[in-house]
This record gives sequence, structure tokens and C-alpha cells, in this order.
Amino acid sequence: MATAAARDTAGSPTAYDAPAGPGDTDAFQRAFDAAVAADERIEPRDWMPDAYRATLVRQIAQHAHSEIIGMQPEANWITRAPSLRRKAILMAKVQDEAGHGLYLYSAAETLGVSRDELLDKLHAGRQKYSSIFNYPTLTWADVGAIGWLVDGAAITNQVPLCRCSYGPYARAMVRVCKEESFHQRQGYELLLALSKGTPEQHAMAQDAVDRWWWPSLMMFGPPDDESQHSAQSMAWKIKRHSNDELRQRFVDICVPQAESLGLTLPDPDLQWNEERGHYDFGAIDWSEFWDVLKGNGPCNEQRLSRRRQAHEDGAWVREAAAAHAAKHSDDTTGATRA
Amino acid sequence: MTTTPAADTVPTAAALALGDDALVLSHRLGEWAGHAPVLEEEVALANIALDLLGQARVLLSMAGDEDELAFLREERAFRNLQLVEQPGGDFAHTIARQLYFSVYQHLLHDRLASGDGPFAPLAGKAVKEAAYHRDHAEQWTLRLGDGTDESHARMQRAVDALWRFTGEMFQPVEGIDGVDWPALERDWLGVIEDVLGRATLTVPDGPRTGAWRAGAGRQGLHTEPFGRMLAEMQHLHRSHPGATW
Repeated sequence: MATAAARDTAGSPTAYDAPAGPGDTDAFQRAFDAAVAADERIEPRDWMPDAYRATLVRQIAQHAHSEIIGMQPEANWITRAPSLRRKAILMAKVQDEAGHGLYLYSAAETLGVSRDELLDKLHAGRQKYSSIFNYPTLTWADVGAIGWLVDGAAITNQVPLCRCSYGPYARAMVRVCKEESFHQRQGYELLLALSKGTPEQHAMAQDAVDRWWWPSLMMFGPPDDESQHSAQSMAWKIKRHSNDELRQRFVDICVPQAESLGLTLPDPDLQWNEERGHYDFGAIDWSEFWDVLKGNGPCNEQRLSRRRQAHEDGAWVREAAAAHAAKHSDDTTGATRA
Repeated sequence: MTTTPAADTVPTAAALALGDDALVLSHRLGEWAGHAPVLEEEVALANIALDLLGQARVLLSMAGDEDELAFLREERAFRNLQLVEQPGGDFAHTIARQLYFSVYQHLLHDRLASGDGPFAPLAGKAVKEAAYHRDHAEQWTLRLGDGTDESHARMQRAVDALWRFTGEMFQPVEGIDGVDWPALERDWLGVIEDVLGRATLTVPDGPRTGAWRAGAGRQGLHTEPFGRMLAEMQHLHRSHPGATW
């Protein structure tokens, strides 16, 4: 709970207390603005502007959906993992993603929306997930490229979210980032083993990096001057850095890592710029980004269909669990309860 | 899992039998990833699969190189029970398979853990994992059996369909000494009858062995779906002979 003096004057308003009149709304708004300005956390029972709440719901839901849709391209390789050690690591990683989905749906629930509601919106195509998961995992090396590049980009995006103004989201991100950092290292290590392996394995690794590099750069979203939600999110301290800043940070991290891996990045314009103190990189094909976002990526249809199918196939199980819980709701022994 | 007995003291056939059970069931559970009926079950099924894979790695390493054994053996050289290789089917089949196996594994590892044989260190850890797997399967058997008409019918079909694979669990495993197999079987039946009864399900009355004689999986005779499972599991490893991953 934020404790700015300004908010105390507003009498600890909660999200569920409608302000008594227009004067109160102004006081609540001032208290909220003061808390954000003072870098305090907004908590679920604090008053918050409707648009702030809606922005958070949209962003957290999209993040949660990305975790569960993101399980598919990697789960695609669990049954074919080439060693038992790799199989254990991959299973644990996909399991972590399910866990991240759980924390994030819970964070969204603190804003008054249920997991079921959000899943229905995902299944109806009314909420998005990260477009990166609309690309296919064609070889084993793609598991490594996802870890190194996709999880690496996700961390770059998410570390600043640990300081996001909304408490439950910020706290969920602390745990998510720790696990993502492990995922990124396993991806790097997987690619390193391939790169130093047989010529066929090296070629597999290079091919995967060639295919995943540009989509990874697109994960930071459109350029700052075309980003629809950025300015307001920065003002609310939901977002702390611009898309282009984060993208540049990611490129600067990846270039030396690619060199250590013995792999090249597929961009002839990539070079160190002494003056800027950053790597310059080539132009991103934004038409591809918008196209995939609109639903025309290689796997949009497949990912969403599989998600809907899993949900429909599981309906009888969820109904049974609910029916069983209802039958035994006054069973004081709890012996047959979840 | 802290001590691994010297290779010459380990009964290889037993390490393979127990290791293959864990390896194959872990693989089957891994097939659910991304398709579980509810998000919590994505986490739970993966947890069970990871526990089993950990057990498999210890056991196969007692018998040789874990990856050579997992990826380079032919179907007829695997020693797992036919029960664990059965495809997941619907969620009820997955739960019935897990209930039958986890109760067996829990009772067996409990006995192995209290002995001083080569499997005692592994069993000491595995018995705790199996207790959780068993509880998970029991809770779902109760929910599905005593849930809706549909879930009851599905769960009854599943426990009936897998019943004929349960007899071979109690054939003595070569190299495992000091286990009273008939007593293990009586204990297993007692638990299963209790759980199915509480779940309002009928204990199947069919034979507990199939057309194959009991113990067929332990002797390398498997069912048709197993070959396809292995083809998928082994394909990548076999495509790059000698490579390290």
C-alpha cells in the first residue's frame, strides 16, 4: 500500500469505493498522481484511474497469454529432445512458462478480471499474445534460439517492469525475470554445444539464429514514433524505457554474445558506432511485423486453434472438478477435496 | 540419489526395468505439455514427468550410459511395463494410468527404501515423489469418478481399459530381492478398491493380463503404440550418430 501523505488526505480510497462526488475524484486523482510521482507502488485496493486499470489489464493479459501460447513452440520438441539432460531442462522450462501464466493471471485478477474471462477473450481473438510465437520451431536448434534471443529480448523488456508502478505486476515480474534469466542461459548453452559440435549441428544453429534474429528485434514493438500506447504508459510508470531504447540495449548485448557463440547475425549493416557508443543495425521490415500481428504469420491459426482445442477438450474435466467441489462443499473432512 | 553403487554390484536387468518404467511414463506425460485441461495441471503433469525422468536418469546410469540406453535401444530391448507405454488418451486415461502405476511405485519403493539393496538410496527419494504422484492421481480419480455423468463414464471406461495391463506389475523383477510380490499385489488391490469405491466407480472384474502372458513388457514384448513413441523419441538423436548435445 502506498503511503504518500497526499493519499492519506484522500482517506485510503479503495478501488471498490465510488468517490462520493466530483471533488473526491479530483482528490483521488491527485493522490494517485503523487504516488506515481514519488515512485510508490499502486496496490489493488488503491483508487486508480479507469484508463490505468484498463491499460494494465490489457498488458498483463497479453503477457499471460504469451506465456501459455509460448509453451507450444517449445513443447513441440519435448518428445524429440536429443538427450535426457536436454529433455529435463526443456520440460522444466515449459513448466516454468505455465507457472508464469499462473502468476500473471493472478496479477490480472487483482484488477477485477477473472482468468476465465481473459481466456475467453484470447480464444475469441479479442486479446493478443506476443507475435513472436507465431513463428515455427523447425529444428532442435530453434529451442536454443528461443532461449537465447526470444527469452533474452523478453528479459530486456521485463527487467524494467520489476519497477512498474502497479505492485502485483512488479512483484510477479521479479520472479519471472529470475526464471527467464535461467532460460536465456540454457538457450545460449544449447546453441554453444551445437555451434562447437558437428558441421551439421553448427549449420542447424546458424539457420535457427538467421530465422529468429529479426523477429526477436520486433518483440520490442514498433518504433517510438509509431507506438500507440507508449507515451501514456511511460507517464504512469508502467513502462520505463521506450521501445527503441530497449531494442538498442538488446542489440548491444547480443552482438558480443553471437561472437562468443561462433555464430553470425543476419544483418550486413550491423557495426559498432563509436560516436553513439552503440551498434548500428539495419532497417527492420515492419511490414512483416504488422502482417504477423494481423494474423498472417506462419503459425497464428495453428497456435490459436490448438489453444482453443485444449480448452474445449478440457471442458468436461473442469466441469467435473466444479461438480465434485459443489457436492462436497459441506464435507468438513476435506478428504475428497482438492 | 547420493550414492551410486559400483556397476558390478547393480543388477542390470532390474535397473533397466525400473528405469524404463520411469523413462517411458515421463515421456507419455510430456506429451500433454500445452494441452492440459487447466493451467494448474500443466504444472502438475510436468512436475510428475520431471520426477520420473530424474529417477530414470539415475537408474539407467546404474545400468550404463543413460543416452545410449534411452536413444539407441530397439523396442524389444526395453523392459518397461506395458501399462506405462499406453497412449495418454483422454485425461481420464492419463489419470487411471497414473493411479495404477503410482500406487504400485509407491508401495514398491517403500519396500526398496527400507532394505539395504542397491536401489535403497534411489527408492528413499522416489518414495516421496511417488507419494505425491499417487495423491494427485487419487484426487483426480475422486473428482472425475464422482463429478458429472460424463466424467464418471469416462473414468469408468479408463479404469476398465487399463485393467488388463495391471497384472504384470506383480511378476517378480529379476535382480530385486526381498520383495514379497504377492503381498505387494494384495496391498495394491486394497488401495485401488478403496479409491475406486470412494470415487463411486466399479472395480473392473476382467482379467488383469492381456492376450500376452503376464510380464510381457519386462521381457521386451510391447504394444503397437510403443514403437511409434520410440520412433519420435529417438529420431533426432539417431540422426546425428556420435554427436554430443
